[in-house]
Amino acid sequence: MNRLRQFGVGFLLPLALGLAALSLLLWGLDYDPSAGLRALWSGAFGSWYALTSATLVRATPLIILGLGFALAFRGGALNIGMEGQFLAGAIAATWVGVRVGAWHPLLAVPAVWAAGILAGALWVLVPVLLKLRLGVLEVITTLLLNFVAEAVVSYMVQGPLQEVSRVYPQSDPLALAAQLPLLGGTRLHLGFAVGLVLAGVGALIFARSVWGFKLKAVGAGPRAAWMSGRIPSARLLAGALLISGAIAGLGGAIEVGGVTHALFQNLSPGYGFTAIAVALLARGDPIGIVGTGLLFGALEAGASAMQRDAGIPSVAVSIVQATVIIVILLGDVAARRRRTLTVAPEVIEVE
Amino acid sequence: MTAVLDLRGIEKSFGAVQALRGANFLLRPGEVHALLGENGAGKTTLMEVAYGMIRPDAGQILSRGQTIEIRSPRDARAAGIGMVHQHFTSVPALTVEENIALAAGRRTPDHGADDQLTQQLRLGLDPRVRVEDLSVGLRQRLEIVKALASGARILLLDEPTSVLAPAETAELLTLLRGFAASGGSVVLITHKLAEVFACADTVTVLRHGRVTTWGPLADHTMETLAEAMFGGTLPEDEPLHPLSGVAPTEPSTHGPVVRLSNVSVPALDGRGPGLVRATLEMRAGECVAIAAIDGNGQRELMLMMAGLLPAREGTAEIATPVVLVPADRTTEGLIGEFSLTENVVLGLLAGGVVGTGDQSIRARGWIDWAQAEERTQELVKQFNVHAPGVWLRAGALSGGNQQKLILGRALEQHPAVLIAENPTRGLDIQAAMEIRQHLREAVARGTAVLFYSSDLDEVLSWGADRLLVLASGEVRELPATADRDQVGRAMLTPAGSGTP
Amino acid sequence: MDPILAQGFLEASVRVATPLLLAALGEMLAERGGIINLGIEGAMLAGALGAALGASSAGVWGGVGVALLAGVLLTLVFVIVSVRFQADQIITGTAITMAAVGLTGVVYRHAFGVGGAGLTLPTFKPLVVPVLNRIPVVGPALFGQSVLVYLSWAAVPLCWLLLFKTRWGLALRAAGEDPEAAAASGVRVIGIRAAAVLLGGALAGLAGGTLVLAQVGTFAEEMTAGRGFIAIAIVVLGRWHPVGVLGAALLFGAATALQFLFQAMGLGVPYQLFLVLPYLLALVALSGGMGQARIPTALGRPLVGGQS
Repeated sequence: MNRLRQFGVGFLLPLALGLAALSLLLWGLDYDPSAGLRALWSGAFGSWYALTSATLVRATPLIILGLGFALAFRGGALNIGMEGQFLAGAIAATWVGVRVGAWHPLLAVPAVWAAGILAGALWVLVPVLLKLRLGVLEVITTLLLNFVAEAVVSYMVQGPLQEVSRVYPQSDPLALAAQLPLLGGTRLHLGFAVGLVLAGVGALIFARSVWGFKLKAVGAGPRAAWMSGRIPSARLLAGALLISGAIAGLGGAIEVGGVTHALFQNLSPGYGFTAIAVALLARGDPIGIVGTGLLFGALEAGASAMQRDAGIPSVAVSIVQATVIIVILLGDVAARRRRTLTVAPEVIEVE
Repeated sequence: MTAVLDLRGIEKSFGAVQALRGANFLLRPGEVHALLGENGAGKTTLMEVAYGMIRPDAGQILSRGQTIEIRSPRDARAAGIGMVHQHFTSVPALTVEENIALAAGRRTPDHGADDQLTQQLRLGLDPRVRVEDLSVGLRQRLEIVKALASGARILLLDEPTSVLAPAETAELLTLLRGFAASGGSVVLITHKLAEVFACADTVTVLRHGRVTTWGPLADHTMETLAEAMFGGTLPEDEPLHPLSGVAPTEPSTHGPVVRLSNVSVPALDGRGPGLVRATLEMRAGECVAIAAIDGNGQRELMLMMAGLLPAREGTAEIATPVVLVPADRTTEGLIGEFSLTENVVLGLLAGGVVGTGDQSIRARGWIDWAQAEERTQELVKQFNVHAPGVWLRAGALSGGNQQKLILGRALEQHPAVLIAENPTRGLDIQAAMEIRQHLREAVARGTAVLFYSSDLDEVLSWGADRLLVLASGEVRELPATADRDQVGRAMLTPAGSGTP
Repeated sequence: MDPILAQGFLEASVRVATPLLLAALGEMLAERGGIINLGIEGAMLAGALGAALGASSAGVWGGVGVALLAGVLLTLVFVIVSVRFQADQIITGTAITMAAVGLTGVVYRHAFGVGGAGLTLPTFKPLVVPVLNRIPVVGPALFGQSVLVYLSWAAVPLCWLLLFKTRWGLALRAAGEDPEAAAASGVRVIGIRAAAVLLGGALAGLAGGTLVLAQVGTFAEEMTAGRGFIAIAIVVLGRWHPVGVLGAALLFGAATALQFLFQAMGLGVPYQLFLVLPYLLALVALSGGMGQARIPTALGRPLVGGQS
């Protein structure tokens, strides 16, 4: 019952309000909201192909990056730099991926992933060190490094990693051995399964492991975690941020290996930021992130159909996403207020 | 002369706690008025009412015969009242000058308008220096300058000398006398009777939210004031602590579990004396109570013993596990968003100073939640925690049940040493009694218990085996049978300076 | 260096720097008050569309007016959610930017048709400052710009005056350093933070307007392309000081202009090096490698203990 209510208030209500905001805007601008929503639905779930090759493919990076964000978020750190870590992972994965033509896929694919994981973790290392040593806000440092990553991609596709003919600003395609296997007749790749496995592992870590428990404690009450749990929050958070970066890097490697098969500029249409909404809507719960990742993947998949079939610009769906986030934030504020009002009066200290 | 500030019949309750029970306070122009009372007597609350930070439940405020409304510090400042709080209220990253301008409501400081007192206070305060680079003494001085810069003719000072060196204190008191001589009025909240006699004209003593003594200082000696603050019996409607009068248990014959030798710990937030060369031995099965005025090093002592603060000098040997019951239940003892079970796991995983943790609920990095839940259920039953289930958010428990959960979790670890900081503060009588009973039983089982209460009556009625008094960071032992008057006097004077 | 090339480089640096400078000054005001506003990218985008809408019906100054209004209106949502109700600033800002992307996309298509291409709007003509423009190289580059460029220069000393010479600025800085102490000194922390963030939103809107009205003369979806985030980096590199922000904005402008220059000169140095340099400098500044870079102490942190 409690679960059901939580699902309704925490998930369905924000989503409904998001769709309502979109419809209202479309209606106000003389578009046909019902045609728009129908196109949105059919583009996302209308056919087996739409479901697998559009929705699930779009959802994959959102789920993986959402999990990465959630890991740091549960401990109270904000990794705004997943966009950069994603790109760093994609660069390293491409670097390895174009060189492993002679390898067996069972070696080539893990090698590509390992490169992505390493690069993602490396990309967040400087912010972690600055946070540990000097207490610099990770929000700012990780954000700055996003742009550095973009510039490095730009350099790579016009320099060391540019395709052989040296005409187009993109890399050679990854070796076949490094490309992820697809589900027959669709564009759905192995990466989606990786996302599901990661979510399962994440859920297990948060539900059962001592490390996950300590991380949650640091996020929910750092002072009590230290005084009653003797948990060193700085070290724990540093570890969580590194893993968060590694997951984002893996996301980049999977996108390159499963979807684009090559590195080019604008590889990520803002996955790193959309994933924040994905993680937040699920309250950082790994299984929930699979659900919200699918939802946002469906929205983006449906957006193309909406533009094609109903003439409504695809960017309109970001209004749904933004409304969802804001409704959740305001809901949390309201819940916090209710709680402070019902707190036992004797906790107020005299003198 | 008409009073510049006349508080009449002020009442204020915080939940079940009645902080002020019809307190009166009269301040005349040109006087330095000492406001005395032990911890929790309501001194700060009364002054915060005068400064508009707290709205009283009943009572009125008059100034020069007129009723005035003070609903916010803004109103108070407009009425010429300035307050110097126990905690600093300057912005560390801004300069001295900027902080003064901010308080004064001016764009830039206007030196021409400064009176003599302000000019004197300004000596040594470089206007261009950032406040974070000032010494504690100068920061305190800045607080006073700020109050004066906002045009205050009535200065409320809450323990202003607690952070000052003796020479700085003497200087401050002289300045306050000068301010009064120029027609201003000063309220000085303090615990230091020597300062009262060095500086005040009038004295008011609060006890349990009521004025017990009021009048010219000339009518008093140090003895009568100490007696008014601590001595004698309580008014009749004050329920005595239910366990008072229990005879101390037999002296422990067990071996020592705590051995501190000349241990010093710097003050926690840079204020107060910290812990100064403490030497202390505790045996298993011994109950040691601490009496002290807040901020005299007891917190540093307890956190150091719990392994949360490092000692700056000296040696400390403490048997493990050591478990702390911290002062603030909601931010230090529990995570409000966590369930009861999760909060129990939080404490059990920590497992005393060394961090070995409880083996029964963890195996190779995983938590056995079934086991944890079972133990929480037992604990909830055993310690009489009223909750619909162990899944409940700890933040939703009442204060008493929160504390029982924290204490139960602590005792569950069979600590060699248990440190409890204000374990019954803010609890109703029934819950407080249960907490005391559990601590008593722990002692009987051989745990060495060190506890501090800011309520002196509770310390005295506890029936502890030994009694420590901390004053200015120095530890002194008194006979467990010492009376309220003796203890009160010891609390007011550091060990080195003899009796007042 | 060829004087023509040098003049072109200088002119381009200043032109590219102008919207960055305006947005960064706005963000600096917000951050000095303790609020980090990632919605500034969205406010810029809204400003750009606002400028297009305004200019198409009421000329360039109409464009400026609507751009300011659009920046303020979008930022108002941020202020309500994250300053008034104190929700997480980072997440709110991200959402605001998302909303702006969607809103501008839909409204733009509605207003200017599906294709949208070929939309040409009135732009500010260069306003040549007599005498000064005759200084060799520098003159034509700096003093043949549009009025919005001069306006952005004027905003630098104005922000400095506002921050350091007014009581409002003092109170704002206090709110950003120690909101509780500021409240104790009688500062209305939430009100002053809201005002600073809204002012920042207006500047961001104007920044977006500058892109349209003084540079490209048309609107394109997501045309701000991350300039709002760059503005945040500029604030860091400029160490939260108006003059520093001016320098940092020019540095970012020069870095962008250099890539054109290098391409024009056919040099083999990868131009991305220059693009990255300002960000790396900002990181060095944050790690204390350039003297102390003071982040406002309470940046991102709400006022504890209720309303003021």
